Amino acid sequence: MDGFLTLLYKEVLRFWKVSFQTVAAPVLTALLYLLIFSHVLEKHVKVYDTISYTAFLIPGLVMMSVLQNAFANSSSSLIQSKVTGNIIFMLLPPISYRQFFAAYVLAAVARGVVVGLGVLLVTLWFVDLPWRAPLWIVAFALLGSAILGALGMIAGIWAEKFDQLAVFQNFIIVPLTFLSGVFYSIHSLPIFWQQVSHFNPIFYMIDGFRYGFFGVSDVPPLLSLGIVGACFIVLTLFTLRLLKSGYKLRA
Amino acid sequence: MNPAIRIEQVTKRFGSVQALAGVDLEIAQGEFFGLLGPNGAGKTTLISALAGLVRADSGKLAVMGHDVVADYRAARRLLGVVPQELVFDPFFTVRESLEIQSGYFGVRGNRAWIDEILENLDLTAKADTNMRQLSGGMKRRVLVAQALVHRPPVIVLDEPTAGVDVELRQGLWQFVRRLNRAGHTIVLTTHYLEEAESLCGRIAMLKQGRVVALDTTANLLRRFSGHTLRLRLAPGLSLPEALKPHVAGEAEGELAFALESCDEVEGILHSLRGAGCRIDDIEIGKPDLEEVFVRVMNSRT
Ligand SMILES: Nc1ncnc2c1ncn2[C@@H]1O[C@H](COP(=O)(O)OP(=O)(O)OP(=O)(O)O)[C@@H](O)[C@H]1O
Ligand SMILES: [Mg+2]
Repeated sequence: MDGFLTLLYKEVLRFWKVSFQTVAAPVLTALLYLLIFSHVLEKHVKVYDTISYTAFLIPGLVMMSVLQNAFANSSSSLIQSKVTGNIIFMLLPPISYRQFFAAYVLAAVARGVVVGLGVLLVTLWFVDLPWRAPLWIVAFALLGSAILGALGMIAGIWAEKFDQLAVFQNFIIVPLTFLSGVFYSIHSLPIFWQQVSHFNPIFYMIDGFRYGFFGVSDVPPLLSLGIVGACFIVLTLFTLRLLKSGYKLRA
Repeated sequence: MNPAIRIEQVTKRFGSVQALAGVDLEIAQGEFFGLLGPNGAGKTTLISALAGLVRADSGKLAVMGHDVVADYRAARRLLGVVPQELVFDPFFTVRESLEIQSGYFGVRGNRAWIDEILENLDLTAKADTNMRQLSGGMKRRVLVAQALVHRPPVIVLDEPTAGVDVELRQGLWQFVRRLNRAGHTIVLTTHYLEEAESLCGRIAMLKQGRVVALDTTANLLRRFSGHTLRLRLAPGLSLPEALKPHVAGEAEGELAFALESCDEVEGILHSLRGAGCRIDDIEIGKPDLEEVFVRVMNSRT
């Protein structure tokens, strides 16, 4: 248990020591999105009848930040340790592969949640959110960041160089988050793209998360929770398998 | 009593390279053991297999009786490894690195021991310095310190003195010797053969993934190296016929005689005197591990 706690502590300390880059910078990015998009679109876009575009946008931006930072945390930590070779400090001790997984994912969740709270804090100033169902907010934030944390582990284990990781990030993670309904309700899309969006797990994370604020959503929140939960289980099992086999970590 | 390390028929292949080709080795508790071999012989691979960093293709490895695969947690707790590569985590100071490493092994309240290690490795003044700001030799010392935080009974050092200055090297060996006297088993790889000769009680030589020599240091020296008598005759003189078969080598007018024992010097000098040969220069060479190493590496394929 101690080995696990130390690894978790080290992973949290790692991003906290450089929180200017790992927390402040993404908060600023989200704030810029909010300023630009709400300025341009506030008058033109109505999503659900009673909700202003800026209010609609904020939970999406918060969740997007949570997810992207959770992914960034585990993936960049692993690739850095691999490239510099200091991963052996974690491979030599008697830390089980389950503890290894849990520590990296929880640290990713911590980073996601801290950044998400930061974005929420600076954006609260713009509108009052109704906070209809806070438990849903917490559930989707935790599950979503855990999923992206696990994905980050997979990417970090698989990638051998930083540019391979960038490919994973730019061609998979970023498109999936941008096309998940952060900036729009998918009901505003043509039918075909609505259906495509239903294959994007991140869509359910954002939609469920937003439900927690407004009590309305594109799909029922319980369905979203089920899909997101299933994704989490599948990814967890897959990552644990990778770790157990020693894939790319133990030659 | 379980051996500190037991290695049975271990093989490992990387693509087309057979890094380990069936290694058998048993190291008793309390030994100071040397693992020698040229670059690429498989020393690091063997150590990595022991530490679980590399998975052997076949064979068994155990630390103090604990299999490194089936019972990996016990095996790793008992083993401390100083890696060959100079690695460090740039996010942390020296002390943070050691505390974190301690935590990974589940050791709490380790401050006194960490202070002692720092003191012995002459790192106390650098304890709160970021790893990035240390010189190469200092980073190497931190690696040694990290391997010791959990007081492992078996300590493996993969070229710990590469890039370390003379003074520190001596300090390091004093410290390691003291650990050995306190009961720790030490396994060492190094390319400084005089270090191995003076430190190790027993030595294995590895070549292309095989153990090609394994014996006590004293026996190896006796078997493969002896005393050598080198002398140079005064100009114009040649060696008496009777001595010619005893010459082991000649270079730039210097003759070398391989001796079974020092007593033979007497006989050679006697013959020379009898033949009226005057000697310009004379030297008796002691057996050394370097010669053993060269002979062993050249003797078999
Ligand atoms: N991860 C790896 N992938 C591919 N080949 C490897 C790997 N690790 C080692 N090898 C190969 O295995 C062989 C043994 O390497 P090893 O590092 O064990 O040698 P060594 O005895 O430690 O040498 P040195 O004295 O240079 O440290 C070499 O031919 C090396 O190229
Ligand atoms: Mg080596």
